[in-house]
Amino acid sequence: MADINLTLNTDLARDILSGFIKSEITRVGLSRAVIGLSGGLDSALSCALAVAALGRENVLAVRMPYKASSKDSLDHAQLLIDQLDIPNKTIEITDMVEPLFQLDPDISNMRKGNIMARERMIVLYDQSEVFKGLVVGTSNKTEILLGYSTLYGDSASAMNPIGDLYKTQVRQLSRAMNIPAPIIDKPPSADLWADQTDEKELGFTYEEADKLLYLLVDQRYSPQEAVEAGFNKKFVDTVTTRIRRNQFKRMQPPIAKVSNRTIGYDFLYLRDWGT
Amino acid sequence: MKINLALAQINTKLGDVEANLAKHLEYIEKAKAEKTDLLVFPELSLTGYVLQDLVASVAHKPVEDDPVFKHILAASRDLDLVVGFVDEDSRHRFYIASAYLSGGKLVHVHHKVYLPTYGLFDEGRFFAWGDAVRAFDTRFGRVGMLICEDFWHASPPYLLWLDGADIMLFSSASPGRGLNDKEKLESARWVERVTKAYASMFTSFVVHSNRVGYEDGLHFWGGATAFDPNGEELAHGPYNEEAITYTQLDLNQLRRTRARLPLLRDERTALVQKELDRILNRG
Repeated sequence: MADINLTLNTDLARDILSGFIKSEITRVGLSRAVIGLSGGLDSALSCALAVAALGRENVLAVRMPYKASSKDSLDHAQLLIDQLDIPNKTIEITDMVEPLFQLDPDISNMRKGNIMARERMIVLYDQSEVFKGLVVGTSNKTEILLGYSTLYGDSASAMNPIGDLYKTQVRQLSRAMNIPAPIIDKPPSADLWADQTDEKELGFTYEEADKLLYLLVDQRYSPQEAVEAGFNKKFVDTVTTRIRRNQFKRMQPPIAKVSNRTIGYDFLYLRDWGT
Repeated sequence: MKINLALAQINTKLGDVEANLAKHLEYIEKAKAEKTDLLVFPELSLTGYVLQDLVASVAHKPVEDDPVFKHILAASRDLDLVVGFVDEDSRHRFYIASAYLSGGKLVHVHHKVYLPTYGLFDEGRFFAWGDAVRAFDTRFGRVGMLICEDFWHASPPYLLWLDGADIMLFSSASPGRGLNDKEKLESARWVERVTKAYASMFTSFVVHSNRVGYEDGLHFWGGATAFDPNGEELAHGPYNEEAITYTQLDLNQLRRTRARLPLLRDERTALVQKELDRILNRG
């Protein structure tokens, strides 16, 4: 197996990422952030970075449990809220999503999971207006590449400070930023149903996936070169297929071009235009 | 002769030339208070970097009746200035440009000759390619200017050296990339390594002014540097924050270094020309 080092200079990572949050929020005349705190590691890290960027009083943590959510999720989110001493709200989504679930007795776990993720997006964007803060994203590079997310659900945000960090790097930076140990040590889970874990659902570990993704994406290895570097061919095929098939989740929907100047093709401005 | 040099690593507002001009004038005042002789701003300091379709709307001409340059030219009566801007020529081609201004007059404009159009960069799509690398005379001696990707290639600094530049003024809007377990970003390490190498190999002063701030997810790292003709670091600005870095260039160091290490004297330009002719005419 090739020697793959994903270790980060965590001081530099913290400075660049918290600077990014501060810049993106203050340049539009705001000073606050809103984050959905799941009790998991990604949202804990985004939250800690937002506090480093904006100060504790300017970050609202929102817990959005469903009746079947694990109690650990709520407790772990509370650990972080207590540690960071930040404004927080708990808004249960059960009564919002149940009526939709009940319309179809055959509704699958995946559909329920997507509905819950999108309901949480609705709640967060509503709180964004109440708190006058922007929604900070919590998707890491591993799940964005693998497409392990709900489009317009957990993937929706105003900015994403951790989207260029692999899951193992999220873990490393979280340790450096003193995220409570129970959050770092537990198996990653979307907690959409009992005993769900990301790694069980994906069929491989984040550590394996991160190393392979690093070669394929960052180091521009071909799939064949990744196999030659020691990765199982079936695993390489699974991951490369997932990357390709989930490109749609990483993009704005394409607009059919008919005019001479079309948004997305030849009407090109950064979001930070004028700021 | 000694030059009081200042390197301004500023943040900019993307496409807001008026706001950026105000910041230039503010930094010029600060530098004046420190008796600065020469103040160098980063690449595209008057406009911001990822301009895309903003290019035409932020272009200016470095002439006295230009609403932006009239202020910069006036300010250059007190100290020499290098500013970054979008230059529009008489046939409406747009260039990434640096202007050297002194005594209320324009001394030289450099158009970026290497436009990175790969990876995260898309300059060749929006800008025209410069087609000259020229040293020019200033009140401090002969100087050359390059912009970012220009000095990722070895030939532009080499040409400036042969054209008589003893002071090379580099400016950048360098997006940070390559975060790993090292002390600095890969992009910062690369730029510092080559600028130091140019100072050493060309036994010249090499200074670098790089911007700070963010544009969407891109982060500019700052870290202005100045190296003397021995390749020794004279000054190093902070990373990731706005700052002015002051240092003094003792031009007598050129003589002392070159008396010890006559690389310029021994450079075999005719050999270079002969071999280049052979290589380029081979096909």
